[in-house]
Amino acid sequence: MAKTIDVSDLDIYYGSFKAVEDVTLTMASRSVTALIGPSGCGKSSFLRSLNRMHEVIPGARVEGKVIMDGRGLYDVDVDPVLVRRDIGMVFQRPNPFPTMSIADNVLAGKRLNGKRMNRAEAAEIVERALVSANLWNEVKDRLRKPGASLSGGQQQRLCIARALAVEPQVLLMDEPCSALDPISTTAIEDLIHTLKERYTIVIVTHNMQQAARVSDTTAFFNLAGAGRPGHLIESGSTPKIFSTPDNPATEAYISGRFG
Amino acid sequence: MWSTGTATQQTSQTGRRTVADPFFAGLTRAAATVILLALAGVAAFLCSEAWPAVTAPSDRIAGGDGLVAYLWPLVFGTLLAAALALAISAPLAIGVALFISHFAPRRLALLISYVVDLLAAVPSVVYGLWGIFYLAPKLSHIYSWLADHVGWLPLFAGPASVTGRTILTAGVVLAVMTLPVISALSREVFLQTPRLQEEAALALGATRWEMIRMAVLPQGRSGVVSATMLGLGRALGETMAVALVLSASGLVTFNLISTDNPSTIAANIALQFPEATGIQVNTLVASGLALFVITFVVNFAARGLVARSSKSEGS
Repeated sequence: MAKTIDVSDLDIYYGSFKAVEDVTLTMASRSVTALIGPSGCGKSSFLRSLNRMHEVIPGARVEGKVIMDGRGLYDVDVDPVLVRRDIGMVFQRPNPFPTMSIADNVLAGKRLNGKRMNRAEAAEIVERALVSANLWNEVKDRLRKPGASLSGGQQQRLCIARALAVEPQVLLMDEPCSALDPISTTAIEDLIHTLKERYTIVIVTHNMQQAARVSDTTAFFNLAGAGRPGHLIESGSTPKIFSTPDNPATEAYISGRFG
Repeated sequence: MWSTGTATQQTSQTGRRTVADPFFAGLTRAAATVILLALAGVAAFLCSEAWPAVTAPSDRIAGGDGLVAYLWPLVFGTLLAAALALAISAPLAIGVALFISHFAPRRLALLISYVVDLLAAVPSVVYGLWGIFYLAPKLSHIYSWLADHVGWLPLFAGPASVTGRTILTAGVVLAVMTLPVISALSREVFLQTPRLQEEAALALGATRWEMIRMAVLPQGRSGVVSATMLGLGRALGETMAVALVLSASGLVTFNLISTDNPSTIAANIALQFPEATGIQVNTLVASGLALFVITFVVNFAARGLVARSSKSEGS
């Protein structure tokens, strides 16, 4: 299921503004890559460029290569809609569809593929995705209730279930816990641990402890100043980045001296 | 120093609030009361002036068959014209609103919204003139074609009107007039779709149209219903354009293209009032009361519909 993503020489633009410059990074399969760095350093833009969500903002574009499974995601014959079906995404704030029930939320992506499902198939997909997202036991008796009736942490796990239901190769998470309380955060982090056995996971986080807890590889982004593009400063195995980073800026950021 | 400063500021704020708050509360309450009084005043006037027509013997009402027989074709015509107008304009307006909010490049979207808003500013008498002198003659050709080819449908049974001044023409004119109201409001509703919801759909691999069906339309549904109701209000009450365009004979029929057309309440009042005296005036006021009630019922029904659908969604 899981696939490796290779990014080389990636530049990300908003109109004429270059937000991220010259990033080369490999995100290994069946592992968690954490992207850390101060606000505005381009880590979220970088994450969104991995499933071509960056370009839904008017004027936004990228230059460079993003390769998964031997294919460039930005090749001319690649449909961004299909890329997004392979590379799921979880957002900063939980965003279940408010008019849909819990079950319908999980099935939303599956229905897009236009496949007819009978009732039993649909029920099985719902159960499997919710079990994977560690939410099944909490909601199995109220699958017909609206998704918005859940707590914030449950909603975020519902969004993860929704992303998993389409059986993606890769799961991108954009600060998935920043709107959640500590208990829900722990639940999501535990979930990330189990999910990495099956998926490639890339997570953006502002929480250094979280990066240290959940990730195998850490990539530190920084920018030279406001209005300048963000760069990838350093990447490596998480224990190394957090104990003996090569770059003094990385150490300064991790030890809390700035950012 | 700093903390005492804020403390005094807070006291002075609460001090001012004790005067300002009740003042503004009273002001807003007065504004709300004026609205209710105005509505009650209109209703009272309509009822008292319509009463003589209600109690009058049936042979004194125009037509000679009593008030109900007089009002029924008018009510029917009003509802038919409004229904035709909405059947044409609502889908079109929603399409225009979606195009502006989610498909058109920004500059084109601005231009189109500007033109649509302009349509709303054109006086209804101008639409009436356009209906008579341009639209009706053009449509009459289509009507004769419809009568020849799909005449087996009761709607197009014909014989087709030569002038084209039929209830369907009135419906088309009303559609053009309600289009800007519905599309302007729907556009605003669609633009308010949370970006997060749209991105949720896109990130699942939705195409633009699938994203609209998943995120934009469900969010906007109650807003679109409200917009349509406002359009319906305009279509029900529109006077001048219908009075000019429609050549009415007062018959109750679903034949949309013949020379026999029911009139609408508003147009009928405008046309009859200058020559009405005595009980005729009371009859016209009674028809006005009927329109008042119809508008009320339609609005409440729409509100009920919106409330019920949002409750079943549980949000």
